[in-house]
Amino acid sequence: MLRVDDLHAYYGKSHILQGVSFQVSEGEIVSLLGRNGVGRSTTVKAVMGEVPPQGSIEFKGEQIAGKKSFEVANLGLGYVPENRDIFPTLTVRQNLLLGAKHGKRPNRWSVEEMFSMFPNLAERADVHGGVLSGGEQQMLCMCRTLMGDPDMIMIDEPTEGLAPRIVEQVANMLREIANRGIAILLVEQKLSIALKISHRLYVMGHGRIVYEGTPESLLQADDVRSEWLEV
Amino acid sequence: MLEVFIFATLNGLVTGLLLFMLASGLTLIFSMMGVLNFAHASFYMLGAYVAYSISVHLGFWTGLILAPLLVGMLGALVERYALRRVHQAGHVAELVFTFGLAFLIEEAVQFFWGPDTKNYQSPDLLDFPLFTLFGQEFSAYRGFMIAISVAIFVGLYYVLTRSRVGLIIQAAITHPHTVANLGHNVPLIFMGVFGVGTALAGLAGVIAGPVLTTFPGMALVLGSIVFVIVVIGGLGSLEGAFIASLMIGLLQSYAIASDLGVPDLLSWLGLEFARDHPLNDLWTLTLPQIAPILPFLLLVLVLIFRPTGLMGNREQ
Repeated sequence: MLRVDDLHAYYGKSHILQGVSFQVSEGEIVSLLGRNGVGRSTTVKAVMGEVPPQGSIEFKGEQIAGKKSFEVANLGLGYVPENRDIFPTLTVRQNLLLGAKHGKRPNRWSVEEMFSMFPNLAERADVHGGVLSGGEQQMLCMCRTLMGDPDMIMIDEPTEGLAPRIVEQVANMLREIANRGIAILLVEQKLSIALKISHRLYVMGHGRIVYEGTPESLLQADDVRSEWLEV
Repeated sequence: MLEVFIFATLNGLVTGLLLFMLASGLTLIFSMMGVLNFAHASFYMLGAYVAYSISVHLGFWTGLILAPLLVGMLGALVERYALRRVHQAGHVAELVFTFGLAFLIEEAVQFFWGPDTKNYQSPDLLDFPLFTLFGQEFSAYRGFMIAISVAIFVGLYYVLTRSRVGLIIQAAITHPHTVANLGHNVPLIFMGVFGVGTALAGLAGVIAGPVLTTFPGMALVLGSIVFVIVVIGGLGSLEGAFIASLMIGLLQSYAIASDLGVPDLLSWLGLEFARDHPLNDLWTLTLPQIAPILPFLLLVLVLIFRPTGLMGNREQ
């Protein structure tokens, strides 16, 4: 589905990504872990074309490095940014409708389905997005991206600042998305849900991938966890 | 007294709605670019001149439709091939660019159409009094100006708040990256908004040309007032621009229609000054005389007491 090879990216003169390579297959949940500032978010932004990438980024067999964000999105790659970015002056329903693309093929998701999955979003359908709680905003943001009917989504720190009960909901939702055949790249700092739901995971450090494995193998690898993950 | 008031209100409405047609585009473009487009009123002037030239050959109604389209297309091209590049150099460069563009358009207008006033006439079809009140006529053309402006306001409001495109524009103004990540072509949307904004300015020029006269200084006359409106209304606020447009239109119209002045104030206070006093001009000042500076006076007051404008919520 997504194959990133020797990806480099710069912010001004600082060399943020120094040859990142990873891949995500169809229907797979893959986590990209690492401490703050190691380049996880930059990796995702480079794939989306928000940060100019150097190297190879292949999505569904097509080279997308250098394409504009909206072109990448229209190829079926969804992105749920870290800051959630709900449109505050639009209602929940309008936020969802903006995620949908101009009706071409039948959509895997509909507004009604989103509302039945998340009754608390349904209750607030006509409320402005700006007044939602953090958890509701995260749900809305994921749903909004799904409305575009992506084949894969990249989701940046979905559990940050959320109560444990909501974190559990987010994890269930990600499983549900994967069950429908949508690949997920989960970018996280904490191990909590990554260990529970990922099929495979990568650990980043200093702009590179420093470890690749499964949740089970990472649990065994105490040295990797203490050197690259634990604070 | 009542007849003066009614006609002043109607004329104020005509001016106010016309001003709004310019201010709405300007304030939308401001929310997108983050800078005021100094050339906005120049597109208004272009609208009047292009429509005049078309009307000479094909009649007023063809000009009414074609001129805004042509001006809007020119606006879209300016955004696509000039402003978008200048944007990367920052706000100051953009500001200077639009400033230069205003001069360029003014010179171009003088070059192609000459420095004299054009005899741009309202159509014969509307050359009759719409109604007569207290023996005074209100021309059908002015009624037509009100109708078009109201239709544009309603249409614009509907598109921006109800249609999908309008929602995308609203979202793109505050969150361009997020909107792009959802698969919408944001630069294309901005080009469209710029095009529609300049087309509205052009349309204002087309319908104002026959009434406010079509001459190379018309951009300058209205341009400064439109900036005043956008600032008074609150930068980036469409509702604010609407209220401020009507306020300024009515304020000026009432001031011109009234026969009050400093002498009335003085006699009311029981004061009297000698006719040969050096400041005699000041003692005899009347409201119609100071009408042109009233918008700027209002601007200063608003900036002192409510720096964000009436409806603005400027981010700190």
